[in-house]
Amino acid sequence: MGGSGSGKTTVLRLIGGQLRPSSGSVSVDGQIVHELDTENLYLMRRKMGMLFQHGALFTDLTAFENVAFPLREHTDLNEELIRTLVLMKLHAVGLRNAAQLKPAEISGGMGRRVALARAIALDPELIMYDEPFAGLDPISMGVTANLIRNLNDALGSTSILVSHDVKECFAIADYVYFLSSGKIVAHGTPAEMAVSTHPYVKQFVNAEADGPVPFHYPGKTLADDLGLHAEGSR
Amino acid sequence: MIARFLAAIGAWLRCSIEDLGFAVRSFFIIIAASGGLFRRPRLVVEQLFFVGSRSLVITTVSGLFVGMVLGLQGYYTLTTYGATQSLGQLVALSLMRELGPVVTALLFAGRAGTSLTAEIGLMKAGEQLSAMEMMAVNPIQRVLAPRLWAGVIAMPILGGIFTAVGIIGSYLVGVVLIGVDEGSFWAQMQGGVDIWKDIVNGTYVKSMVFGIAVTFIALFQGYQAQPTPEDVSGATTRTVVISSLMVWWLDFMMTAMMFSK
Repeated sequence: MGGSGSGKTTVLRLIGGQLRPSSGSVSVDGQIVHELDTENLYLMRRKMGMLFQHGALFTDLTAFENVAFPLREHTDLNEELIRTLVLMKLHAVGLRNAAQLKPAEISGGMGRRVALARAIALDPELIMYDEPFAGLDPISMGVTANLIRNLNDALGSTSILVSHDVKECFAIADYVYFLSSGKIVAHGTPAEMAVSTHPYVKQFVNAEADGPVPFHYPGKTLADDLGLHAEGSR
Repeated sequence: MIARFLAAIGAWLRCSIEDLGFAVRSFFIIIAASGGLFRRPRLVVEQLFFVGSRSLVITTVSGLFVGMVLGLQGYYTLTTYGATQSLGQLVALSLMRELGPVVTALLFAGRAGTSLTAEIGLMKAGEQLSAMEMMAVNPIQRVLAPRLWAGVIAMPILGGIFTAVGIIGSYLVGVVLIGVDEGSFWAQMQGGVDIWKDIVNGTYVKSMVFGIAVTFIALFQGYQAQPTPEDVSGATTRTVVISSLMVWWLDFMMTAMMFSK
């Protein structure tokens, strides 16, 4: 968790190998991600699923075809089996009956659920969620949060969820890390974080306007900008 | 002052060479990623429909009118020399060697090229290409390569159609409306056109080269566009401008090589 620009999405991109670290390394399943060649990186990514902030569904394909995409690309399953698997995944997210709709014909929350079904199509060992609650209404937010937790438990996978939605995250997460300016500033269970006295965590959890994260963008003071020092000294 | 001017020229030159090198490298990366298409030709066929079939109407209609205008202007000019019987040859050579491939390429850049750039740019903006990468699917292999080959296959076919329809257009104006002798029209055309030099080289080889250039420029611009509305629209404009200039330059070079005595 962390504010906008704190480096949350960057962490996910580093884990997925879409960015190379300028220093240090990221290890996934015993492998240093940025040292892998393209072939091995792609092999490792087959064990991962990722839900993008706005779903990143293929707009020219139906919900069914979107979920079928990774299955068609990475398996030799026949059409009947693919159909069964896709309908099961869509059923798991409650959208089996929306299988033939295109992304433009469904709501943002439904789109996020289709993207979730696509992310788990190959039963990944690691699922990454990039701001899964952004822009959702409270009902869709609750539905998505429950789905993430239930699918995680059902698949027995590891989930890394990046978000700034305190209530939903604390409800479903086992452990929380707080990021600020690219660094981990606090971590613990949701219960520990809820009562944390760390200034950043306190400001974030209680949604305080001012604190370690200042209201004003750092720079010159208002007095400097308006030249008030010279006037005041006369 | 002079030092700053020279430094600016140097920086511009260095950036231009770097950009060119990057573009050439990208081209070969797409070619290298095309191997998988032999196993999945369906991907190319789908794109052939989008870039080829959907460009048919504008190509055919433009070809018809260009041919009609060529027939009319050719007739007026040839009347001065009393050589109206050569109208068929004039029209055929103009269309096969130059107008057919060049105008088709310019239309292709406007119709299919812009569409490809916008599509790839918007896929990037919508994180669809990133999503593909995270699904262990190479977007160069899955998205760019099929589109490039579809453009390479579609352009010669469209160029051929443009030329054929253009000849029909000039026939309608020259023979049917004005009354040029039909026998002379076709006989002169048959006698003056060399299949290898004018049709294969003039229309098909030129069109194929234009197809490679225009489609690659469109894909490259889309893929390199920043995921913002301004940059995607800017990339679309750049596709048309760079493709058009490239078509004219390539046409001059190929004409010099193919038709020099």
